[in-house]
Amino acid sequence: MFSTNEPVPPRTRAALCGLPPRAGLGLKTGHFVEVLGTQPDIGFFEVHAENYMVDGGPFHHFLGLIREQYPLSLHGVGLSIGAEGPLDIQHLQRLQTLIERYQPQAFSEHLAWSSHGPVFLNDLLPLAYDTSTLNRVCEHIDQVQNNLKRPMLLENPATYLGFERSTIDEPAFITEVIRRSGCGLLLDVNNVYVSCINHQRDPLAYLDALPLHAVGEIHLAGFAEDADRLGDRLLIDDHGAPIDDAVWALYRQALERVGPVATLIERDNQVPAFNVLLAEAQQAEALLLHAGSRP
Amino acid sequence: MSTQADFSAALLDTRLPCPAGLCSANGADPASRFLVYRNNVQGSLINALADSYPVVQQLVGEEFFRGMAGIFIQQQPPHSPLMSRYGDGLADFIDAFEPTAEVPYLADVARLERLRTRAYHAADAATVSAQQISAALADPQTLAELNITLHPSLHLLDSAYAVVSIWATHQGEATLAGIDIHQGQHALVLRNGLEVEVFALDHGASVFIRHLLNHRALLDAAQDSPPFDLPQTLALLIGHNAITDLNTKVSP
Repeated sequence: MFSTNEPVPPRTRAALCGLPPRAGLGLKTGHFVEVLGTQPDIGFFEVHAENYMVDGGPFHHFLGLIREQYPLSLHGVGLSIGAEGPLDIQHLQRLQTLIERYQPQAFSEHLAWSSHGPVFLNDLLPLAYDTSTLNRVCEHIDQVQNNLKRPMLLENPATYLGFERSTIDEPAFITEVIRRSGCGLLLDVNNVYVSCINHQRDPLAYLDALPLHAVGEIHLAGFAEDADRLGDRLLIDDHGAPIDDAVWALYRQALERVGPVATLIERDNQVPAFNVLLAEAQQAEALLLHAGSRP
Repeated sequence: MSTQADFSAALLDTRLPCPAGLCSANGADPASRFLVYRNNVQGSLINALADSYPVVQQLVGEEFFRGMAGIFIQQQPPHSPLMSRYGDGLADFIDAFEPTAEVPYLADVARLERLRTRAYHAADAATVSAQQISAALADPQTLAELNITLHPSLHLLDSAYAVVSIWATHQGEATLAGIDIHQGQHALVLRNGLEVEVFALDHGASVFIRHLLNHRALLDAAQDSPPFDLPQTLALLIGHNAITDLNTKVSP
């Protein structure tokens, strides 16, 4: 059993995530037929769990066929682990049903909240980092891991503002959550970059402050560029653009530190042709091979 | 109020000020940073409705639709992380939404689009072969007590407007020319394999199918419906893989 009081001994990467150390792609409904028809050489596919919480029809039909041929990462966007209220037990049960059905090699969720009371806000919202939030997040992750009977990966967030009541910095908060709960880290390199620019931090220092030993999977994505009222860069994590050069550079730094690890190219908006995504995956795969060949 | 209660309320209600207790590293007004979240929440929910109701959006135009959706969101925010179900209440909302009064069929088009989404995601079910059905229909003893079960994706919609024709014309070039919008239609929605299909039935056939959905025996359902073409209606159901079980057991 997982417990909040006694830290869980760190798990090996293989115990946190069974995905191969290759590049993967988010599975888009518009690409179902092309993926089955062309059988691209891709390390794995990732889906948003909530999209597949439906009774039947084309989504399950295609995911079932694609799962027969590829490893799968199940990525939740609706569990609201950081919510002030209790976790939605029904939602946990739906996750368990999906996991039993598709036997994914990894399950991940976010360090964020998205529901308050009965209302679901459909966004990953920021947390004030203090002791009470820490205790609550650890309790929720314990509950998830006990219910699903497997460790989960927790994704570092992209944020646009901070809270005056925060007393712990984000990497230290994540480090403590992972130490206590024994979950793994889904290192979203784009989120690291976006948050660091938005909060005027050094991305590399932030990266080095994360518990990199616990990384089970990496996410790469594109952001949108904006400016705040002082004219400073404000980056929006919109998954709607190609991966920025600065994020590729930070990814290389991450691979130097953690070695080759399953890496997802995320694209949820302005989704281009499958070949464009495949090219980005191949670019990541080349860096993964390079990281694996280093002594 | 808790931090998340304030935050949540101000995300949904654009008239509320930015919550207290927020900050930014460069000293910029936190309200400008909070707007990113508000825009994300509002934009993603409006986009979810636009994805679910494409013909409603075509009928009123994108700008009007997004304005209407923004008001709907404030009144009926999602209560579940399953976004495929969000917007169940949009048709009833439209019924009561005065600015759409001059598009009286809009709510029924929304109802039809909602049924199409439900049919798309409905449970799978194996269908009974045409031969098995023919055999059951050919045997007078069986026929008298025959119950048929319809596919879980099958839904009916009775409209005072030409809802099927209006919807169908918006699948390609959008024009309502030549359609008598006040000619009421009875829609049948079902998923045949992986495709959702929409048909217009005559009144008797729709009453008959509604009886079948209410577990009435085939002959009883047919006799208790206004005049309609039974063989043609059965052929439609068989031809589109809508029959999932045959049962001749007499109720105790």
